[in-house]
Amino acid sequence: MLRSRIIPCLDVADGRVVKGVRFVDLTDEGDPVELAARYTSQGADEICFLDITASHENRGTLLDIVRRTAENVFVPLTVGGGVRSVDDMRAVLRAGADKVAVNTAAVERPALIAECAGAFGSQCVVLAVDARRTGDSWEVFTHGGRTPTGIDAIAWIAEATGLGAGEILLTSMDRDGTKDGYDTDLLEAARRATTVPIIASGGAGTPADLVTALEPGRADAVLAASIFHRSEYPIPVVKAHLAAAGVPIRPVEVPR
Amino acid sequence: MTTIAIIDHGAGNLVSIERALTLAGAETRVVDAPGDLDGVDAVVIPGVGATGAAMGRLEERGLVDPLRSWDGPLLGICVGMQLLFDRSAEDGGPCLGLIPGSVEAIDGRPLPHMGWNDVATTDDLIFAGVPDGSLFTFVHSYAAVPDDPGVVTATADHGGRFVAAVRSGNRIGLQFHPERSGTAGLQVLKNFVAEVGRVA
Repeated sequence: MLRSRIIPCLDVADGRVVKGVRFVDLTDEGDPVELAARYTSQGADEICFLDITASHENRGTLLDIVRRTAENVFVPLTVGGGVRSVDDMRAVLRAGADKVAVNTAAVERPALIAECAGAFGSQCVVLAVDARRTGDSWEVFTHGGRTPTGIDAIAWIAEATGLGAGEILLTSMDRDGTKDGYDTDLLEAARRATTVPIIASGGAGTPADLVTALEPGRADAVLAASIFHRSEYPIPVVKAHLAAAGVPIRPVEVPR
Repeated sequence: MTTIAIIDHGAGNLVSIERALTLAGAETRVVDAPGDLDGVDAVVIPGVGATGAAMGRLEERGLVDPLRSWDGPLLGICVGMQLLFDRSAEDGGPCLGLIPGSVEAIDGRPLPHMGWNDVATTDDLIFAGVPDGSLFTFVHSYAAVPDDPGVVTATADHGGRFVAAVRSGNRIGLQFHPERSGTAGLQVLKNFVAEVGRVA
């Protein structure tokens, strides 16, 4: 049986892991390569790096972090931030990423999704969606949550799936860093719009929040940052909680 | 030391498989031209991308015929495994045709089948020291359907059982990614390197 995945998210700025609340007020959380190795040894099922500065000056730094992580971490690695072309995506994959997340550039030019899926396969192309609730629907924001687009998030997820996105990384901007729990309405609406895997992001505060997000009809994987960085709930504790709640997880490997 | 060629079909991450094979005790050489296969003990076709695109790039690089005539140990991973068969429903086109059979869509949800799943293994040497039911990472929407069920060395379930590994002589296919599957994956690669060492 396919296991629900627990994915620590490392937001990277200027070569360091940072974390904010609702995308602002960033604090330094440590070295990305070290954190990725630590989380993997604790039982992370994947690692996700998001380059939140995503400027060209930082591109070399990010690729170096990806390479050093890929050499030491034997779980899948997703990398996002600033990918605007097939060539950008190739550079990140060749540095050692298994999947690449696209966001702003795909909203500006949806054909990018089809181009990347054609070149590398849908399984490599993760569509990252930053969504903010407006009444009964959700609006897509780009540029790290700074720019409203007027685009309906659920319609965008359906369109992107049709273009070849192989996975959806769905962040609730309203819940990001708040620890109020994932936006389950958003997850359910997205689930009805696509058959590709959905990664829930934004709002994890306790292991119970992860259980709720992973219920049938919601997400296939959960992304979290704050609860792992501050060791409030280390991954083994989270996984024990999920297992006790009946969520199918990959047991933490005991080092040999 | 055994030298293993990693076929670069241009689509992605080779860092992980290079590093994992190195940890498993092999020397690696990334190969994107036919002459580079001279003197290697084994060939790995890594997995990423779609079968049609991968075959196209192997063709461009002149690697299709050398791979078809390669008679040493051969390991295909994910798409690399699918390429070992006659044809794939993904693009409809021919593959390398080294193991009789086809590649067909799987039917589970979500799709792609992405993440860790338990693998029912046989006592094939590639799984020596790997407990039956170990978890491996998968990322795919298609799986092999060999003509001869006797080549199947492992299966997994996602909307029905599918073929997770095959062996036909010294040709081995793994639908999962051993280089991304923690200690169980590294054990599988160590077994492959050991097998190559025995015949080299």
